[in-house]
Amino acid sequence: MSTTAPTPSFDLNRDIGDFSYPESHKFDAGAGLSERTIDYICDVKGEDDWIRAFRKKALQVFLSKPLPTHWASRDLETINFDKIRYYLSSGQQPKRTWNEVPDDIKQTFERLGIPENERKFLAGVEAQFDSEAAYSNIKEAVGKQGVIFVGSTEGLMKHPEIFRKFFGKVIPTGDNKFSALNSAVFSGGSFIYVPPGVKVKHPLQAYFRINAENFGQFERTLIIADEGSEVTYMEGCTAPKFGTATLHSAVVELVALKGAKIEYITVQNWSANVFNLVTKRAMAEEEAVVKWIDCNIGSRLTMKYPGVVLKGRKARGEVLSIALANDGQHQDTGAKMIHAADETTSNIISKSISIGQGRSSYRGMVHIPKHLSGCKNNTECDALLINTNSRTDTYPAITVRGNRNSVQHEASVSKVSADQIFYMQQRGLSEAEAMSLSVNGFVNDLTRQFPMEYSVELKRLIDLEMEGSVG
Amino acid sequence: MSSTLQAPATGATPASLEAAFARHLEECRQLPDWWLEMKRSAFERYRSLPMPSRKDQSWRFSRLRGLELDRFDFNSTTPAADHAGLIARSNLVSRTAGSMVFSDDRLIHNQPVAAELAAQGVVWEPIADALQQHRELLQEYFMAQDPRLGSEKFAALHTAFVNAGCLLYIPKGVEVELPFIAYHWASVAGGTVLPHTLVIAEESARLTLVDAFFAADRSAPHFACGFNHIFAGDNAEVQYYSLQDWSRRAVGFQINSLVTGRDARIKSLGINTGCSHFRGEHQSLLQGAGSHVDMFSLSVASGEQEMDQRTLQRHLAPNATSDLLFKNALSDASRTIFSGLIEVAEAAQQTDAYQTNRNLLLSPEAEANSLPGLEIHANDVKCSHGATTGQIDESEMFYMLSRGIPLNKARELLVFGFFEEVIGNIDEDEMADNVRALIERKFHEDASAQ
Repeated sequence: MSTTAPTPSFDLNRDIGDFSYPESHKFDAGAGLSERTIDYICDVKGEDDWIRAFRKKALQVFLSKPLPTHWASRDLETINFDKIRYYLSSGQQPKRTWNEVPDDIKQTFERLGIPENERKFLAGVEAQFDSEAAYSNIKEAVGKQGVIFVGSTEGLMKHPEIFRKFFGKVIPTGDNKFSALNSAVFSGGSFIYVPPGVKVKHPLQAYFRINAENFGQFERTLIIADEGSEVTYMEGCTAPKFGTATLHSAVVELVALKGAKIEYITVQNWSANVFNLVTKRAMAEEEAVVKWIDCNIGSRLTMKYPGVVLKGRKARGEVLSIALANDGQHQDTGAKMIHAADETTSNIISKSISIGQGRSSYRGMVHIPKHLSGCKNNTECDALLINTNSRTDTYPAITVRGNRNSVQHEASVSKVSADQIFYMQQRGLSEAEAMSLSVNGFVNDLTRQFPMEYSVELKRLIDLEMEGSVG
Repeated sequence: MSSTLQAPATGATPASLEAAFARHLEECRQLPDWWLEMKRSAFERYRSLPMPSRKDQSWRFSRLRGLELDRFDFNSTTPAADHAGLIARSNLVSRTAGSMVFSDDRLIHNQPVAAELAAQGVVWEPIADALQQHRELLQEYFMAQDPRLGSEKFAALHTAFVNAGCLLYIPKGVEVELPFIAYHWASVAGGTVLPHTLVIAEESARLTLVDAFFAADRSAPHFACGFNHIFAGDNAEVQYYSLQDWSRRAVGFQINSLVTGRDARIKSLGINTGCSHFRGEHQSLLQGAGSHVDMFSLSVASGEQEMDQRTLQRHLAPNATSDLLFKNALSDASRTIFSGLIEVAEAAQQTDAYQTNRNLLLSPEAEANSLPGLEIHANDVKCSHGATTGQIDESEMFYMLSRGIPLNKARELLVFGFFEEVIGNIDEDEMADNVRALIERKFHEDASAQ
């Protein structure tokens, strides 16, 4: 019902930019995935044996699991796992010069107002973005409060007593094929621990510590907010990211202990040949609050359903998401709310925009098992279709047991109102400007909740994406 | 996966079913060859198709219990002595344009249409008779819509064993005021019924048809697998009501397919009270511009009943509208599944489609699953769906109690108020009252059983 035939003529090798990989490296694991690849990653990173064992076990799980094409897009079948490089040490980062960066990308940077030194990194010209100073500053500032803010390997090696306890517990290796893949080959990402009662004032940004690793291909993030603490984490940026891989598969685990608050903000804008298959889940203990703010733009196929397991009484989970699918893109996003204690509440607000032949899908799960009382869920999904051949789908699944809980789900599909456009054109706006304004209005109540710089960039980005879609 | 699903995935069709099919062919050997040939190839298809599994999206959340078909007798016949009693109990509507009563798939009573209607070309015949005289109608329309919601295997089973059912054909411009009604009784314990209803309304025709599915003994097990196909021509208007009150131990399938021509209007309304496991599939194909379909359903589940309903509103033509309201009331440890999909094709601009599912949970053990879906390929559309699951509103209850209405009575009134939104759409007053009585009886039976 929901599957579409794979696009046959797609070359999974990078088709943007011209990359060359140095061949006979000392630790070169080459393309493809095997135990050798894992040994290579462990050796390069100097990881403990238990991590090596964890990775190898995950590899077996990954190999044994089928692709979830019985419900997901058959486009997944076009991923050739044997052609992918699962780990690139810094010496192997692909190189290109600024002159090789396509003009439209340069223009996009210009229009979005991305700082000069960041542009080169984002375009893949520089493999490392020199943010060491910024990272040290933030690390020092929060370090005084006892906050640990490190990379995944460093976290597991230096603070096993904190991170090992929850690592892979919210999202077990076998959760799905791609979480298993991540567990086998993860590198990068952030491990954060916030001590009891500490309220981290400034949002922590992945941006500050993406210098060390091959950024974001199989990143692994674990955030633990101890009792009564508060933290906001941001990842990604609005600029199109011309990364080095066609498959991105991250795992993000959040643990909010009693009374803690975590806000996790993602803004992603992948290039149009990327498969972005991400597993994100949080566990919320008593009276904890977890809020996912998720904004997905670009990529060929994004599959991402941030979830919250509401484990303690009065825990609250929220997912606010915006998805924008342009020609040739499929945003398959949604949310999962698993209510596992009394009086837990959850809220899902999803807005999607399909432009041209873009397709956006909402897939949701709300589960309230029996013997619970006072649980509430509210779900709203609104889809906006710009062109006559744009596509949108909604596939929620709601299970409620017992007569002491309440759930409501609403979804609507609409196009930009002709009256609105006409009104704005009367006031001297061009049709394209009017469309952009209208689309920005559609997502406005969500973007207002974003940090200032993100919402400003997002607005510009929507203007950019809308260009050429009208008339 | 349900551990109770014993049937193997493919291949081995139970030996008893093979033998039953051979006997069935023998029994209808006097029927036309093309019909028997169709049955043979359907049985072949039944053999080759896999049993549904919960891994299929269209069977998600289903328990798939009770599908071990070898425990049912596919050649059951009702003793002649019981016929008169069943005919007497077939009294849902007193004034009809035509009625038929089947028991265990054998026609036991037939009230043909008035001579005046017959003269206008109205056809109201048991399918077995129609095979001879209206072959072209059956060849064009019988099972002409493939099931799209998961029951391909059961469609093949139905075609292989179908014997009971009616053909209603209303020619161009003919309007029939009184309803037609087909009663299907499951009488023998452990027996099987496969009711079929085929309605063809030509341009600007108007009709109402009722399917009533009853069990002689409401505690005996049986298997039911019914299909109804309704084709409404340009500007035709069809009202279709089905009342499913099979026994409380029955396993039942009812697959409903609607097709509209230009400016046609169809209203389909189903009431479900019976079966331990009921699977309803309702698909509407809006292929005529400007057509309209209403789909209503009310399921009252109690005990360990599972009511599994899947719907599809498929918009292929512009300017068409569809509206769906499925309500479930759940007591005890019952379960319901509502899975709906609105599909709007690229050509179907100016579509206006709605889908609403309301679940009323009346006990701490009841479970409601809701999967309201949309697949939209056109942009100039208005589509929305809503699903709510909740309990009796406390403020409404408080209001009742403060007016001196006892708790039990207040609860009943509020629950019946919930039902009324669907029952109120039955235009036949007598039938609506009988439906209310039937639901009330079920409610009181459940209450006294506790």
